[in-house]
Amino acid sequence: MTPALELRRLAKSFGGLRVTAEVDLAVAPGERRLIIGPNGAGKTTLFNLITGELRPDAGSILLFGAPVTRLPSRRRAHLGLARTYQIITLFPRETLLRNVVLALLGLSPLRWNPFLRLDRQQRLFAAARAALAQVGLADLGDRPLAQTSYGERRRVEIAMALAQRPKLLLLDEPFAGLSLDERRDVQKLLQSIPREVTLVMIEHDMDVALNLADRITLMHFGEVIVEGTRAEVVAHPKSREVYLGV
Amino acid sequence: MSLRLLAWSALALLGAVLPWIASDYYIDVASQVLIYAIFALGLNVLVGYAGLVSLGHAGIFGVAAYAAAWLVAAGFGHLPAALAALVAIVLVSALYALLSLRATGIGFLMITLAIGQILWGLAYRWIDVTGGDNGISVPSRPAPFGLSLMSAPSFYGFTVLVFLLAVLSMSGFVRSPFGASLKGTRDQPRRMTALGYNVWCIRFAAFLFSGFWSGVAGLLFCYDEQFVSPGMLTLGSSAEVLLMVIAGGSGTLAGPVVGAALVVIMKNVASAYIVRWNLVLGIIFVAIVMFMPEGLVPGSARLARWAYAEWQRRRRAPAALGSER
Repeated sequence: MTPALELRRLAKSFGGLRVTAEVDLAVAPGERRLIIGPNGAGKTTLFNLITGELRPDAGSILLFGAPVTRLPSRRRAHLGLARTYQIITLFPRETLLRNVVLALLGLSPLRWNPFLRLDRQQRLFAAARAALAQVGLADLGDRPLAQTSYGERRRVEIAMALAQRPKLLLLDEPFAGLSLDERRDVQKLLQSIPREVTLVMIEHDMDVALNLADRITLMHFGEVIVEGTRAEVVAHPKSREVYLGV
Repeated sequence: MSLRLLAWSALALLGAVLPWIASDYYIDVASQVLIYAIFALGLNVLVGYAGLVSLGHAGIFGVAAYAAAWLVAAGFGHLPAALAALVAIVLVSALYALLSLRATGIGFLMITLAIGQILWGLAYRWIDVTGGDNGISVPSRPAPFGLSLMSAPSFYGFTVLVFLLAVLSMSGFVRSPFGASLKGTRDQPRRMTALGYNVWCIRFAAFLFSGFWSGVAGLLFCYDEQFVSPGMLTLGSSAEVLLMVIAGGSGTLAGPVVGAALVVIMKNVASAYIVRWNLVLGIIFVAIVMFMPEGLVPGSARLARWAYAEWQRRRRAPAALGSER
Protein backbone atom coordinates (compact mmCIF):
# COMPACT_ATOMS: atom_id res chain seq x y z
CA MET A 1 0.00 0.00 0.00
CA THR A 2 1.18 3.55 -0.74
CA PRO A 3 2.32 5.23 2.46
CA ALA A 4 0.38 8.31 3.56
CA LEU A 5 3.67 10.03 4.18
CA GLU A 6 7.10 9.09 2.94
CA LEU A 7 10.39 10.88 3.52
CA ARG A 8 13.45 9.86 1.52
CA ARG A 9 16.91 10.89 2.73
CA LEU A 10 15.50 14.23 3.83
CA ALA A 11 18.16 16.69 4.99
CA LYS A 12 18.16 20.22 6.40
CA SER A 13 20.90 22.29 8.01
CA PHE A 14 20.82 25.68 9.67
CA GLY A 15 24.32 26.93 8.93
CA GLY A 16 26.65 24.25 10.27
CA LEU A 17 23.97 22.61 12.39
CA ARG A 18 22.44 19.49 10.88
CA VAL A 19 18.83 19.47 12.17
CA THR A 20 17.57 16.81 9.80
CA ALA A 21 20.13 14.28 8.68
CA GLU A 22 19.08 11.98 5.86
CA VAL A 23 15.81 10.98 7.47
CA ASP A 24 13.91 8.07 5.95
CA LEU A 25 10.39 7.60 7.19
CA ALA A 26 7.23 5.88 5.95
CA VAL A 27 3.85 6.17 7.66
CA ALA A 28 1.08 3.83 6.51
CA PRO A 29 -2.46 5.14 5.90
CA GLY A 30 -4.46 5.18 9.13
CA GLU A 31 -1.38 4.67 11.26
CA ARG A 32 -0.79 6.53 14.54
CA ARG A 33 2.87 7.44 14.61
CA LEU A 34 4.60 8.96 17.59
CA ILE A 35 7.85 10.87 17.14
CA ILE A 36 9.87 11.23 20.31
CA GLY A 37 13.29 12.57 21.12
CA PRO A 38 15.05 14.99 23.43
CA ASN A 39 14.80 18.76 22.97
CA GLY A 40 16.61 19.85 19.83
CA ALA A 41 16.33 16.44 18.18
CA GLY A 42 14.79 18.08 15.11
CA LYS A 43 11.20 16.95 15.54
CA THR A 44 9.45 20.28 14.89
CA THR A 45 11.86 21.01 12.02
CA LEU A 46 10.77 17.72 10.51
CA PHE A 47 7.13 18.89 10.75
CA ASN A 48 8.02 22.23 9.16
CA LEU A 49 9.68 20.39 6.28
CA ILE A 50 6.66 18.13 5.81
CA THR A 51 4.23 21.07 5.75
CA GLY A 52 6.51 23.13 3.52
CA GLU A 53 7.22 25.97 5.94
CA LEU A 54 10.89 25.08 5.46
CA ARG A 55 12.60 23.95 2.26
CA PRO A 56 14.82 20.84 2.60
CA ASP A 57 18.43 20.96 1.40
CA ALA A 58 18.17 17.48 -0.06
CA GLY A 59 15.86 14.48 -0.24
CA SER A 60 12.19 14.22 -1.08
CA ILE A 61 8.76 14.21 0.54
CA LEU A 62 5.81 12.21 -0.78
CA LEU A 63 2.20 12.68 0.32
CA PHE A 64 0.01 9.70 -0.60
CA GLY A 65 2.59 8.75 -3.22
CA ALA A 66 2.77 12.20 -4.86
CA PRO A 67 6.03 14.14 -4.62
CA VAL A 68 5.45 17.47 -2.87
CA THR A 69 9.03 18.47 -2.03
CA ARG A 70 8.85 21.67 -4.09
CA LEU A 71 5.14 22.35 -3.52
CA PRO A 72 4.26 25.48 -1.50
CA SER A 73 2.75 25.02 1.93
CA ARG A 74 -0.75 26.17 0.96
CA ARG A 75 -0.97 23.58 -1.84
CA ARG A 76 -0.11 20.78 0.57
CA ALA A 77 -3.06 21.87 2.71
CA HIS A 78 -5.30 21.38 -0.30
CA LEU A 79 -3.89 17.84 -0.70
CA GLY A 80 -5.22 16.90 2.74
CA LEU A 81 -2.40 17.86 5.09
CA ALA A 82 -3.21 19.72 8.32
CA ARG A 83 -1.17 20.52 11.40
CA THR A 84 -1.38 21.95 14.88
CA TYR A 85 1.33 24.08 16.42
CA GLN A 86 3.35 23.55 19.58
CA ILE A 87 3.09 27.29 20.26
CA ILE A 88 -0.58 28.09 19.80
CA THR A 89 -1.15 30.18 16.66
CA LEU A 90 -4.78 31.25 16.54
CA PHE A 91 -6.66 34.43 15.66
CA PRO A 92 -6.96 36.28 18.98
CA ARG A 93 -9.43 38.97 17.85
CA GLU A 94 -12.01 36.47 16.56
CA THR A 95 -14.46 34.16 18.30
CA LEU A 96 -13.79 30.43 18.52
CA LEU A 97 -16.39 29.82 15.85
CA ARG A 98 -14.79 32.28 13.43
CA ASN A 99 -11.38 30.74 14.06
CA VAL A 100 -12.72 27.42 12.84
CA VAL A 101 -14.58 29.14 9.97
CA LEU A 102 -11.26 30.57 8.80
CA ALA A 103 -9.83 27.06 8.72
CA LEU A 104 -12.77 25.90 6.58
CA LEU A 105 -12.62 28.96 4.34
CA GLY A 106 -8.96 28.18 3.55
CA LEU A 107 -10.00 25.16 1.49
CA SER A 108 -13.08 26.79 -0.04
CA PRO A 109 -13.08 28.84 -3.26
CA LEU A 110 -15.24 31.32 -1.31
CA ARG A 111 -12.08 32.69 0.30
CA TRP A 112 -11.56 34.94 -2.75
CA ASN A 113 -15.10 36.33 -2.76
CA PRO A 114 -15.29 40.05 -1.88
CA PHE A 115 -19.05 40.40 -2.51
CA LEU A 116 -20.87 37.94 -0.25
CA ARG A 117 -21.38 38.31 3.49
CA LEU A 118 -19.28 35.80 5.42
CA ASP A 119 -21.86 35.75 8.25
CA ARG A 120 -24.47 34.41 5.86
CA GLN A 121 -22.45 31.36 4.77
CA GLN A 122 -24.61 28.95 6.78
CA ARG A 123 -22.84 25.86 5.52
CA LEU A 124 -19.44 27.03 6.71
CA PHE A 125 -20.79 27.98 10.11
CA ALA A 126 -22.66 24.70 10.50
CA ALA A 127 -19.50 22.74 9.68
CA ALA A 128 -17.50 24.92 12.10
CA ARG A 129 -20.06 24.32 14.88
CA ALA A 130 -19.81 20.58 14.25
CA ALA A 131 -16.02 20.72 14.52
CA LEU A 132 -16.27 22.65 17.79
CA ALA A 133 -18.78 20.14 19.12
CA GLN A 134 -16.38 17.35 18.22
CA VAL A 135 -13.76 18.81 20.58
CA GLY A 136 -16.36 19.59 23.27
CA LEU A 137 -16.48 23.35 22.80
CA ALA A 138 -19.97 23.61 21.31
CA ASP A 139 -21.11 26.09 23.97
CA LEU A 140 -18.18 28.46 23.62
CA GLY A 141 -18.46 29.18 19.90
CA ASP A 142 -19.36 32.85 20.31
CA ARG A 143 -16.71 33.59 22.90
CA PRO A 144 -13.72 35.68 21.76
CA LEU A 145 -10.57 33.61 21.72
CA ALA A 146 -8.88 36.09 24.07
CA GLN A 147 -11.32 35.02 26.81
CA THR A 148 -10.58 31.30 26.73
CA SER A 149 -8.22 29.12 28.71
CA TYR A 150 -5.05 27.53 27.41
CA GLY A 151 -6.63 24.08 27.37
CA GLU A 152 -9.58 25.36 25.36
CA ARG A 153 -7.24 26.94 22.84
CA ARG A 154 -5.39 23.65 22.43
CA ARG A 155 -8.71 22.08 21.54
CA VAL A 156 -9.52 24.91 19.11
CA GLU A 157 -6.22 24.13 17.38
CA ILE A 158 -7.33 20.53 16.97
CA ALA A 159 -10.85 21.58 15.91
CA MET A 160 -9.40 23.78 13.16
CA ALA A 161 -7.26 20.93 11.88
CA LEU A 162 -10.12 18.41 12.02
CA ALA A 163 -12.56 20.83 10.36
CA GLN A 164 -10.42 20.69 7.24
CA ARG A 165 -11.06 16.92 7.09
CA PRO A 166 -7.39 16.14 6.56
CA LYS A 167 -6.09 12.80 5.41
CA LEU A 168 -2.83 13.36 7.26
CA LEU A 169 -2.79 15.27 10.54
CA LEU A 170 0.44 16.42 12.19
CA LEU A 171 0.10 17.16 15.92
CA ASP A 172 2.96 19.09 17.49
CA GLU A 173 2.84 18.39 21.24
CA PRO A 174 -0.95 18.40 21.60
CA PHE A 175 -0.66 17.78 25.37
CA ALA A 176 1.86 20.53 26.12
CA GLY A 177 0.87 22.68 29.08
CA LEU A 178 -2.40 20.85 29.82
CA SER A 179 -3.67 19.81 33.24
CA LEU A 180 -4.29 16.13 34.00
CA ASP A 181 -8.02 16.39 33.30
CA GLU A 182 -7.44 18.26 30.08
CA ARG A 183 -4.93 15.63 29.00
CA ARG A 184 -7.54 12.93 29.45
CA ASP A 185 -10.03 14.96 27.38
CA VAL A 186 -7.57 15.52 24.55
CA GLN A 187 -6.54 11.86 24.65
CA LYS A 188 -10.17 10.78 24.29
CA LEU A 189 -10.58 13.29 21.48
CA LEU A 190 -7.57 11.95 19.60
CA GLN A 191 -8.75 8.38 20.10
CA SER A 192 -12.09 9.31 18.56
CA ILE A 193 -10.49 10.45 15.29
CA PRO A 194 -11.45 7.91 12.62
CA ARG A 195 -8.79 5.71 11.05
CA GLU A 196 -9.25 7.40 7.66
CA VAL A 197 -7.04 10.08 9.15
CA THR A 198 -3.37 9.27 9.51
CA LEU A 199 -1.85 10.81 12.64
CA VAL A 200 1.76 11.80 13.20
CA MET A 201 2.38 13.20 16.66
CA ILE A 202 5.29 14.77 18.48
CA GLU A 203 4.91 14.36 22.22
CA HIS A 204 6.94 14.32 25.40
CA ASP A 205 4.19 12.99 27.66
CA MET A 206 4.88 9.28 27.26
CA ASP A 207 1.97 7.99 29.37
CA VAL A 208 -0.74 9.40 27.14
CA ALA A 209 1.17 9.35 23.89
CA LEU A 210 2.31 5.72 24.07
CA ASN A 211 -1.29 4.56 24.47
CA LEU A 212 -2.24 6.23 21.21
CA ALA A 213 0.69 5.19 19.06
CA ASP A 214 0.94 2.19 16.77
CA ARG A 215 4.59 2.80 16.01
CA ILE A 216 7.24 5.03 17.50
CA THR A 217 10.17 6.84 15.90
CA LEU A 218 12.96 8.01 18.15
CA MET A 219 15.03 10.94 16.91
CA HIS A 220 18.31 12.31 18.22
CA PHE A 221 20.50 15.06 16.70
CA GLY A 222 18.40 15.07 13.54
CA GLU A 223 18.68 11.36 12.92
CA VAL A 224 16.22 8.51 13.29
CA ILE A 225 17.81 6.29 15.95
CA VAL A 226 15.18 3.64 16.49
CA GLU A 227 11.86 2.84 14.90
CA GLY A 228 9.41 0.13 15.80
CA THR A 229 6.45 -0.85 17.96
CA ARG A 230 6.16 0.44 21.49
CA ALA A 231 7.76 -2.65 23.01
CA GLU A 232 10.60 -2.67 20.53
CA VAL A 233 11.48 0.96 21.11
CA VAL A 234 11.21 0.77 24.89
CA ALA A 235 13.42 -2.33 24.97
CA HIS A 236 16.02 -0.94 22.57
CA PRO A 237 19.33 -0.13 24.27
CA LYS A 238 19.78 3.06 22.26
CA SER A 239 16.53 4.58 23.49
CA ARG A 240 17.68 3.97 27.05
CA GLU A 241 20.93 5.67 26.18
CA VAL A 242 19.23 8.71 24.65
CA TYR A 243 16.54 9.13 27.27
CA LEU A 244 18.22 7.91 30.40
CA GLY A 245 21.78 8.85 29.54
CA VAL A 246 23.09 5.41 30.52
CA MET B 1 -25.02 50.30 18.60
CA SER B 2 -27.80 52.89 18.67
CA LEU B 3 -25.21 55.54 19.50
CA ARG B 4 -23.35 54.62 16.35
CA LEU B 5 -26.52 54.87 14.29
CA LEU B 6 -27.26 58.27 15.82
CA ALA B 7 -23.77 59.56 14.97
CA TRP B 8 -24.05 58.34 11.39
CA SER B 9 -27.52 59.83 10.88
CA ALA B 10 -26.41 63.19 12.28
CA LEU B 11 -23.45 63.24 9.89
CA ALA B 12 -25.63 62.18 6.95
CA LEU B 13 -28.13 64.95 7.76
CA LEU B 14 -25.35 67.53 7.99
CA GLY B 15 -23.90 66.31 4.70
CA ALA B 16 -27.30 66.49 3.00
CA VAL B 17 -28.27 70.02 4.07
CA LEU B 18 -24.80 71.52 3.74
CA PRO B 19 -25.20 72.92 0.19
CA TRP B 20 -28.20 74.98 1.38
CA ILE B 21 -26.75 76.36 4.59
CA ALA B 22 -23.06 76.93 3.87
CA SER B 23 -21.08 79.28 1.65
CA ASP B 24 -19.17 78.01 -1.38
CA TYR B 25 -15.97 78.08 0.65
CA TYR B 26 -17.27 75.67 3.28
CA ILE B 27 -18.91 73.47 0.65
CA ASP B 28 -15.50 73.14 -0.98
CA VAL B 29 -13.96 72.29 2.39
CA ALA B 30 -16.60 69.57 2.74
CA SER B 31 -15.70 68.23 -0.73
CA GLN B 32 -12.07 68.13 0.32
CA VAL B 33 -12.96 66.27 3.51
CA LEU B 34 -14.76 63.64 1.43
CA ILE B 35 -11.91 63.39 -1.10
CA TYR B 36 -9.37 62.83 1.68
CA ALA B 37 -11.80 60.43 3.38
CA ILE B 38 -11.83 58.29 0.21
CA PHE B 39 -8.02 58.49 0.10
CA ALA B 40 -7.76 57.44 3.76
CA LEU B 41 -10.36 54.68 3.35
CA GLY B 42 -8.23 53.28 0.54
CA LEU B 43 -5.06 53.36 2.62
CA ASN B 44 -6.96 51.86 5.56
CA VAL B 45 -7.46 48.62 3.60
CA LEU B 46 -3.71 48.08 3.87
CA VAL B 47 -3.00 49.66 7.25
CA GLY B 48 -6.09 48.45 9.11
CA TYR B 49 -7.04 45.17 7.49
CA ALA B 50 -3.80 43.86 5.96
CA GLY B 51 -1.45 45.14 8.67
CA LEU B 52 0.79 46.69 6.00
CA VAL B 53 1.75 50.32 6.61
CA SER B 54 2.35 52.19 3.34
CA LEU B 55 4.18 55.50 3.39
CA GLY B 56 3.97 56.00 -0.36
CA HIS B 57 0.26 56.17 -1.13
CA ALA B 58 0.53 59.79 -2.26
CA GLY B 59 2.30 58.37 -5.31
CA ILE B 60 -0.86 56.53 -6.41
CA PHE B 61 -3.00 59.56 -5.50
CA GLY B 62 -0.71 61.75 -7.60
CA VAL B 63 -0.29 59.45 -10.60
CA ALA B 64 -4.08 59.29 -11.01
CA ALA B 65 -4.36 63.08 -10.95
CA TYR B 66 -1.40 63.63 -13.28
CA ALA B 67 -2.64 61.05 -15.78
CA ALA B 68 -6.04 62.72 -16.05
CA ALA B 69 -4.64 66.26 -16.05
CA TRP B 70 -2.00 65.48 -18.65
CA LEU B 71 -4.49 63.82 -21.02
CA VAL B 72 -7.04 66.63 -20.64
CA ALA B 73 -4.32 69.23 -21.19
CA ALA B 74 -3.22 67.28 -24.28
CA GLY B 75 -6.70 67.69 -25.70
CA PHE B 76 -8.46 64.44 -24.80
CA GLY B 77 -12.01 64.48 -23.48
CA HIS B 78 -12.72 64.00 -19.76
CA LEU B 79 -14.21 60.51 -20.14
CA PRO B 80 -11.26 58.89 -21.97
CA ALA B 81 -8.88 60.76 -19.65
CA ALA B 82 -10.67 59.46 -16.54
CA LEU B 83 -10.77 55.89 -17.89
CA ALA B 84 -7.07 56.03 -18.74
CA ALA B 85 -6.39 57.40 -15.26
CA LEU B 86 -8.25 54.44 -13.72
CA VAL B 87 -6.09 52.05 -15.78
CA ALA B 88 -2.99 53.98 -14.66
CA ILE B 89 -4.11 53.62 -11.03
CA VAL B 90 -4.38 49.85 -11.32
CA LEU B 91 -1.02 49.58 -13.11
CA VAL B 92 0.85 51.76 -10.65
CA SER B 93 -0.78 49.95 -7.71
CA ALA B 94 0.30 46.63 -9.19
CA LEU B 95 3.84 47.97 -9.56
CA TYR B 96 3.84 49.14 -5.94
CA ALA B 97 2.51 45.76 -4.80
CA LEU B 98 4.96 43.69 -6.85
CA LEU B 99 7.93 45.56 -5.41
CA SER B 100 6.77 46.15 -1.84
CA LEU B 101 5.12 42.80 -1.02
CA ARG B 102 8.53 41.18 -0.96
CA ALA B 103 8.56 42.47 2.61
CA THR B 104 6.24 43.23 5.52
CA GLY B 105 6.57 45.62 8.45
CA ILE B 106 9.29 48.24 8.25
CA GLY B 107 10.66 46.80 4.98
CA PHE B 108 7.28 47.23 3.30
CA LEU B 109 7.07 50.78 4.61
CA MET B 110 10.52 51.66 3.26
CA ILE B 111 9.85 50.23 -0.21
CA THR B 112 6.54 52.10 -0.55
CA LEU B 113 8.29 55.24 0.68
CA ALA B 114 11.01 54.79 -1.95
CA ILE B 115 8.54 54.31 -4.82
CA GLY B 116 6.59 57.34 -3.63
CA GLN B 117 9.77 59.42 -3.64
CA ILE B 118 10.69 58.22 -7.14
CA LEU B 119 7.27 59.25 -8.45
CA TRP B 120 7.55 62.59 -6.68
CA GLY B 121 10.99 63.04 -8.29
CA LEU B 122 9.50 62.33 -11.71
CA ALA B 123 6.72 64.85 -11.17
CA TYR B 124 9.19 67.44 -9.96
CA ARG B 125 12.09 66.96 -12.41
CA TRP B 126 10.61 65.48 -15.61
CA ILE B 127 9.63 68.96 -16.66
CA ASP B 128 8.89 68.19 -20.34
CA VAL B 129 5.99 65.96 -19.32
CA THR B 130 4.87 67.11 -15.90
CA GLY B 131 5.67 70.80 -16.07
CA GLY B 132 7.81 70.41 -12.97
CA ASP B 133 6.99 72.80 -10.17
CA ASN B 134 4.52 74.66 -12.40
CA GLY B 135 2.29 71.60 -12.49
CA ILE B 136 -0.51 71.13 -15.01
CA SER B 137 -3.72 73.14 -15.14
CA VAL B 138 -7.01 71.49 -15.98
CA PRO B 139 -9.20 74.08 -17.72
CA SER B 140 -12.57 72.47 -16.92
CA ARG B 141 -14.26 69.95 -14.68
CA PRO B 142 -15.95 66.95 -16.29
CA ALA B 143 -19.66 67.16 -16.99
CA PRO B 144 -21.08 63.64 -16.55
CA PHE B 145 -24.36 63.20 -18.46
CA GLY B 146 -24.27 66.88 -19.40
CA LEU B 147 -24.38 68.04 -15.77
CA SER B 148 -21.77 70.69 -15.17
CA LEU B 149 -19.69 70.27 -12.00
CA MET B 150 -18.21 73.74 -12.16
CA SER B 151 -20.15 75.12 -9.18
CA ALA B 152 -19.15 74.16 -5.62
CA PRO B 153 -22.52 72.56 -4.69
CA SER B 154 -22.70 70.41 -7.85
CA PHE B 155 -19.13 69.19 -7.39
CA TYR B 156 -19.93 68.48 -3.74
CA GLY B 157 -22.91 66.38 -4.82
CA PHE B 158 -20.73 64.41 -7.23
CA THR B 159 -18.10 63.85 -4.53
CA VAL B 160 -20.77 62.65 -2.09
CA LEU B 161 -21.88 60.04 -4.63
CA VAL B 162 -18.34 58.74 -5.15
CA PHE B 163 -17.78 58.78 -1.38
CA LEU B 164 -20.95 56.73 -0.75
CA LEU B 165 -19.81 54.25 -3.39
CA ALA B 166 -16.43 53.96 -1.64
CA VAL B 167 -18.05 53.43 1.79
CA LEU B 168 -20.45 50.86 0.35
CA SER B 169 -17.66 48.89 -1.31
CA MET B 170 -15.56 49.07 1.88
CA SER B 171 -18.33 47.88 4.18
CA GLY B 172 -19.08 45.01 1.82
CA PHE B 173 -15.42 44.15 1.56
CA VAL B 174 -14.87 44.10 5.31
CA ARG B 175 -17.69 41.61 5.88
CA SER B 176 -16.91 39.42 2.89
CA PRO B 177 -15.07 36.10 2.99
CA PHE B 178 -12.17 37.82 1.24
CA GLY B 179 -12.11 40.48 3.96
CA ALA B 180 -11.87 37.70 6.56
CA SER B 181 -9.03 36.12 4.59
CA LEU B 182 -7.20 39.46 4.54
CA LYS B 183 -7.63 40.02 8.29
CA GLY B 184 -6.34 36.48 8.83
CA THR B 185 -3.15 37.28 6.92
CA ARG B 186 -2.72 40.33 9.15
CA ASP B 187 -2.99 38.34 12.39
CA GLN B 188 -1.36 35.00 11.52
CA PRO B 189 0.23 34.90 8.06
CA ARG B 190 2.09 31.67 8.79
CA ARG B 191 -1.03 29.94 9.99
CA MET B 192 -3.00 31.18 6.98
CA THR B 193 -0.46 29.58 4.65
CA ALA B 194 -0.73 26.27 6.50
CA LEU B 195 -4.54 26.52 6.23
CA GLY B 196 -4.31 26.71 2.44
CA TYR B 197 -4.45 30.47 1.80
CA ASN B 198 -2.19 32.17 -0.73
CA VAL B 199 -1.05 35.01 1.50
CA TRP B 200 0.88 36.87 -1.21
CA CYS B 201 -2.03 36.87 -3.66
CA ILE B 202 -4.46 37.99 -0.95
CA ARG B 203 -2.18 40.92 -0.10
CA PHE B 204 -1.72 41.74 -3.77
CA ALA B 205 -5.48 41.90 -4.39
CA ALA B 206 -5.91 44.02 -1.26
CA PHE B 207 -3.20 46.40 -2.51
CA LEU B 208 -5.04 46.84 -5.81
CA PHE B 209 -8.30 47.56 -3.97
CA SER B 210 -6.54 50.02 -1.66
CA GLY B 211 -4.71 51.70 -4.54
CA PHE B 212 -7.89 51.93 -6.59
CA TRP B 213 -9.73 54.08 -4.05
CA SER B 214 -6.67 56.16 -3.24
CA GLY B 215 -6.31 56.83 -6.95
CA VAL B 216 -9.98 57.72 -7.35
CA ALA B 217 -9.47 60.27 -4.58
CA GLY B 218 -6.53 61.69 -6.54
CA LEU B 219 -8.72 61.98 -9.61
CA LEU B 220 -11.38 63.87 -7.63
CA PHE B 221 -8.67 66.09 -6.16
CA CYS B 222 -7.49 66.98 -9.66
CA TYR B 223 -11.05 67.96 -10.66
CA ASP B 224 -11.57 69.89 -7.43
CA GLU B 225 -8.40 71.97 -7.67
CA GLN B 226 -8.29 71.95 -11.49
CA PHE B 227 -4.57 71.84 -11.00
CA VAL B 228 -1.97 69.19 -10.20
CA SER B 229 1.50 69.80 -8.79
CA PRO B 230 4.34 67.76 -7.28
CA GLY B 231 3.07 68.80 -3.86
CA MET B 232 0.42 66.07 -4.15
CA LEU B 233 3.11 63.36 -4.25
CA THR B 234 5.35 64.50 -1.41
CA LEU B 235 6.28 62.34 1.54
CA GLY B 236 4.35 64.88 3.62
CA SER B 237 1.21 64.06 1.67
CA SER B 238 1.71 60.30 2.26
CA ALA B 239 2.36 60.90 5.94
CA GLU B 240 -0.70 63.15 6.26
CA VAL B 241 -3.11 60.52 4.97
CA LEU B 242 -1.46 57.88 7.16
CA LEU B 243 -2.01 60.19 10.14
CA MET B 244 -5.67 60.53 9.17
CA VAL B 245 -6.06 56.74 9.24
CA ILE B 246 -4.21 56.31 12.53
CA ALA B 247 -5.79 59.32 14.28
CA GLY B 248 -9.32 58.29 13.30
CA GLY B 249 -8.75 54.61 14.03
CA SER B 250 -7.29 52.10 11.58
CA GLY B 251 -9.25 48.95 10.88
CA THR B 252 -12.60 50.73 11.28
CA LEU B 253 -14.82 52.22 8.58
CA ALA B 254 -15.57 55.49 10.32
CA GLY B 255 -12.03 56.07 11.58
CA PRO B 256 -10.39 57.25 8.33
CA VAL B 257 -13.39 59.49 7.60
CA VAL B 258 -13.16 61.15 11.01
CA GLY B 259 -9.38 61.46 10.66
CA ALA B 260 -9.73 63.08 7.23
CA ALA B 261 -12.32 65.53 8.57
CA LEU B 262 -10.06 66.42 11.50
CA VAL B 263 -7.00 67.18 9.37
CA VAL B 264 -8.76 68.96 6.50
CA ILE B 265 -10.86 71.14 8.82
CA MET B 266 -7.82 72.04 10.90
CA LYS B 267 -5.91 72.91 7.74
CA ASN B 268 -8.65 75.07 6.20
CA VAL B 269 -10.64 76.47 9.07
CA ALA B 270 -8.28 76.68 12.02
CA SER B 271 -5.57 78.17 9.84
CA ALA B 272 -7.79 81.22 9.33
CA TYR B 273 -7.70 81.96 13.07
CA ILE B 274 -4.35 80.60 14.21
CA VAL B 275 -1.17 81.17 12.24
CA ARG B 276 0.53 78.16 13.81
CA TRP B 277 -2.31 75.76 13.10
CA ASN B 278 0.29 73.01 12.51
CA LEU B 279 1.16 73.27 16.18
CA VAL B 280 -2.48 72.81 17.17
CA LEU B 281 -2.76 69.76 14.91
CA GLY B 282 0.42 68.38 16.44
CA ILE B 283 -0.95 68.82 19.96
CA ILE B 284 -4.17 67.07 18.93
CA PHE B 285 -2.17 64.13 17.53
CA VAL B 286 -0.10 63.87 20.70
CA ALA B 287 -3.30 63.90 22.76
CA ILE B 288 -4.80 61.15 20.59
CA VAL B 289 -1.68 59.01 20.94
CA MET B 290 -1.66 59.52 24.70
CA PHE B 291 -5.32 59.07 25.53
CA MET B 292 -6.78 57.13 22.61
CA PRO B 293 -3.90 55.22 21.03
CA GLU B 294 -6.37 53.07 19.09
CA GLY B 295 -7.74 56.19 17.34
CA LEU B 296 -10.63 58.61 17.82
CA VAL B 297 -13.46 56.31 16.73
CA PRO B 298 -12.60 53.16 18.71
CA GLY B 299 -11.38 55.39 21.57
CA SER B 300 -14.67 57.30 21.79
CA ALA B 301 -16.59 54.03 21.62
CA ARG B 302 -14.54 52.72 24.54
CA LEU B 303 -15.18 55.92 26.49
CA ALA B 304 -18.91 55.75 25.78
CA ARG B 305 -19.08 52.12 26.94
CA TRP B 306 -17.18 52.99 30.09
CA ALA B 307 -19.45 55.97 30.83
CA TYR B 308 -22.54 53.84 30.27
CA ALA B 309 -21.26 51.08 32.58
CA GLU B 310 -20.38 53.68 35.21
CA TRP B 311 -23.84 55.22 34.97
CA GLN B 312 -25.46 51.80 35.36
CA ARG B 313 -23.26 51.02 38.36
CA ARG B 314 -24.11 54.29 40.12
CA ARG B 315 -27.78 53.77 39.46
CA ARG B 316 -27.65 50.32 41.04
CA ALA B 317 -25.40 51.21 43.97
CA PRO B 318 -27.96 53.07 46.13
CA ALA B 319 -30.50 50.27 45.61
CA ALA B 320 -27.95 47.70 46.78
CA LEU B 321 -27.25 49.77 49.88
CA GLY B 322 -30.95 49.98 50.60
CA SER B 323 -31.39 46.22 50.46
CA GLU B 324 -28.61 45.71 53.00
CA ARG B 325 -30.55 47.47 55.69
